[in-house]
Amino acid sequence: MEWSAEAIVLSLRKHGENAVVAGLFTREHGRHAGYLRARPAKGGGWPLVGNRVRATWRARLSEHLGHLTAEPLGDRAGEILDDPLRLAVLRTLAALTELCLPEREAHPALFDATDVVLDALARDAADWPQAYIRWELGLLAELGYGLDLSHCASTGATEDLTHVSPRSGRAVSAAAAEPYLDKLLRLPAFLAAGRGGPAANDPAEDLKAGLALTGFFLERRVLLPHNQRLPPDRDRLAERLARANENTVRTI
Amino acid sequence: MTELERLIQLLAKLPGLGPRSARRAALHLIDRREQLLRPLASALTEAAERVKACSACGNLDTRDPCGICADPERDGTAICVVEDVRDLWALERAGAFRGRYHVLGGTLSALDGRGPESLRIGELVERVRATGAAEVILAMNATVEGQTTAHYVAERLEPTGAKLTRLAQGVPLGGELDYLDDGTLKAALRARRPAG
Repeated sequence: MEWSAEAIVLSLRKHGENAVVAGLFTREHGRHAGYLRARPAKGGGWPLVGNRVRATWRARLSEHLGHLTAEPLGDRAGEILDDPLRLAVLRTLAALTELCLPEREAHPALFDATDVVLDALARDAADWPQAYIRWELGLLAELGYGLDLSHCASTGATEDLTHVSPRSGRAVSAAAAEPYLDKLLRLPAFLAAGRGGPAANDPAEDLKAGLALTGFFLERRVLLPHNQRLPPDRDRLAERLARANENTVRTI
Repeated sequence: MTELERLIQLLAKLPGLGPRSARRAALHLIDRREQLLRPLASALTEAAERVKACSACGNLDTRDPCGICADPERDGTAICVVEDVRDLWALERAGAFRGRYHVLGGTLSALDGRGPESLRIGELVERVRATGAAEVILAMNATVEGQTTAHYVAERLEPTGAKLTRLAQGVPLGGELDYLDDGTLKAALRARRPAG
């Protein structure tokens, strides 16, 4: 058995002195693990989590862990290491992909989205927080728990969508949401794609609402049934984003 | 199981040794019983009984506090924070740092379930406060886990007012640019300094 593909490094777990069990995310083979040896002749290290590599996987039988080789294809993680906030997002993204996606199941759309978000993080693009939250929405959709934010679950309205039902994961318009505000999750304007209510005065509030929304469904629908919790870095993201926003006002 | 088989089995558990090399090592030890086997057995017994983690820095030594912490010649105002004892030994081999160390005992890792409470971060903050250290050098590995831990430690140490520094990244001595990865080259260019 053998394949070769571009891959994003998700995790590296030390195995013995000179090897790791690497978790990769590929377009064609989904999340895939393999045994990766260090290359002392070429610097000794392993690729950093978040970097893109040209991976080749070989094994005698498909159910074996298999051996990997990984040629680096550029560097993104190095651009992120110095920034605690973007590093926390990179770790959260990698950990969620590892925790949520089944092994060896192709998710090409999510792979492309992951690549885009990691590029945005590396460039420190102004809209990377929004891109990351959309990525979490995409992850939910890939796992079969996508939210329906196209129209109001109650009235069918396609405008002024301001909330989401925690039970059905469907959008609710401002008028229909009015009596149930304490029970509904807020839908930030940037996720409602032009059909939402007004953006919050403080952009950090919208980001917090976005993280709360996706976090709620990821935890309830994906992680808790497997006795898992959101990664600790994810828990502190909202607070860190709000703090970063005090220094840099990000445009939505 | 014979004593020899047990010896081979235990040697095979050492890092870098498999059953074949463990057999070779066992035969080598038995061939050199007086010169090697007995001194090794006594060194192992002594290490098992006497080596412990230093209560101040986490280094391994037969004394508590360890030789480095007890050395009056060392600069007590600079603390170098490392992930584990191997990193401390590597820095000591280089002989370039004359301050004291603090061993964290690993890195933060969500996947492995290692949170701040399982590392010696609280002890570090207390130590910096108690000793009034002027500088804390964060010498974690240049990996995602290492740098995440460094950021977390920096956040916790911020209220102490100590100057926080970290190791530089760039071209290794004797390294050829052609063999360096893009990330190291970028870091080296960012950290360039005036020539001459």
